[in-house]
Amino acid sequence: MARVLGLSEALAELVHDGDSVALEGFTHLIPFAAGHELLRQGRRDLELIRMTPDLLYDQMVGMGAARKLVFSYGGNPGVGSLHRFRDAIENGWPHPIEIEEHSHAGMANRYVAGAADLPFAVLRGYAGTDLVEHTTVRFIECPFTGERLAAVAALRPDVAIVHAQEADEQGNVSLWGIPGVQKEAVLAAARSLVTVERIVERLQPRPGALVIPGWAIDVVAAAPGGSQPSYSQGITERDNDFYRRWDEISRERESFTAWMAEHVLGAVEAR
Amino acid sequence: MSQASTDEVQTVVAARALAQTRTVFIGVGRPSTAAILARMVHNPALVLIYESGTIGAKPFHIPLSIGDGELAETADAVVSVPEMFNYWIGPGRVEVAFLGAAQVDRFANLNSTVIGDYDHPRTRLPGAGGAPEIASSCGEVIVVAPHSKRTFVERLDFITTVGHGDGPGARERLGLRGRGPTAVITDMGVLEPDADSKELVLTQLHEGVSVEAVREATDWDLEVAQEVRVTEPPSDRELEALRELLAR
Repeated sequence: MARVLGLSEALAELVHDGDSVALEGFTHLIPFAAGHELLRQGRRDLELIRMTPDLLYDQMVGMGAARKLVFSYGGNPGVGSLHRFRDAIENGWPHPIEIEEHSHAGMANRYVAGAADLPFAVLRGYAGTDLVEHTTVRFIECPFTGERLAAVAALRPDVAIVHAQEADEQGNVSLWGIPGVQKEAVLAAARSLVTVERIVERLQPRPGALVIPGWAIDVVAAAPGGSQPSYSQGITERDNDFYRRWDEISRERESFTAWMAEHVLGAVEAR
Repeated sequence: MSQASTDEVQTVVAARALAQTRTVFIGVGRPSTAAILARMVHNPALVLIYESGTIGAKPFHIPLSIGDGELAETADAVVSVPEMFNYWIGPGRVEVAFLGAAQVDRFANLNSTVIGDYDHPRTRLPGAGGAPEIASSCGEVIVVAPHSKRTFVERLDFITTVGHGDGPGARERLGLRGRGPTAVITDMGVLEPDADSKELVLTQLHEGVSVEAVREATDWDLEVAQEVRVTEPPSDRELEALRELLAR
């Protein structure tokens, strides 16, 4: 049974400097509130893992919280560049950052292997690309057919943090809409936190919803609106205007730093 | 109605390519606009698949991201990312993939990773996303890209996605099971790989564009087909639908 804690308390307990942390959510249900609280708590030296860094990791990288970034698509979807991500890789600002990049298929399968507690996953992929030279992929022969297949190492984050719509008081979590790799991330990680829009007495069965049993999660914390400017299907809407505005806010170091100081560091975690 | 812009012609031509298609995999931007237009004008049964896991999405608006709420709300099925790649894309269940790229070479290999040196990039691009496995496994790939020397380059700075590799037999040697790129649709015309050499050949020009202008906008010595087709201009119906879609 997951423990239900406040967001600050939960993160102070679960995440330490130097940890590998996966804050997942594929466009949908991105755990912004948790990421922002990590910045307020001053976490440093993190290995940040996420298929699509999105605005959240642009912010965390730009604030200097990351030692390493593991990812597969570092863009602002439909808008363009992630400027802080680019500045870190191109110019080492605010400090140089190590990167390890994969394809989506590779990252997704790395989480699957982690969730299954297997050392690696196999897929048809990477062959002929320059990714082979620059990332951790090996090729193996299928013991049954002899086919050459790509092998990618399991992801085993120290901590997985995901956002969902609802949890009950026992910490059972219900998540609907685009499910991304959240379930795999939670099961692959040594410790897990699920932030939710609301805690209800009893989960209502809902067609198509994914349920993660509370006994497979360490901590659940309420974070209403906690996926904005991403969204929680059925409760909040994706703030596409903010995604467009981020292009301007994040373009220069000064405007970025000022925005973060005012809207993230200066904000009180008010749950 | 005012005359179609080159961007509009490119989108209309891309939409026409889906007139007979059952399933198409699309990213955001112009490919997505073209696929939605295809559903409006040519092929209402076209199944749109986005890598966020939405299969059979029927967006009324052009989505900003591949995971907008409207895609999930209107989809026939919503699946996880591992399921999308392992059960749907990998086995080749999707007929056509629409892909964009920052750089395209003569064999329709694509770069969306980096401009300049990998460790000291001039421009760091978003990276692979789903493209490598989408391009290796979908039935065929149609590339949609703006035509300029910066994009159509002699040599890619990074091979993110294999098209026809280094030429004939490359895909088979690498074990890539889809047919690979069958067309590159630009704002100037259409390039298609030669059946034998696999090198891209200019086969179609949009109205008012010259062969010389296309060769000038291509960084390698572009082959030109013996007979170059001229794009049928967008019909009123196509143009009206496209403009209405963009205005939604």
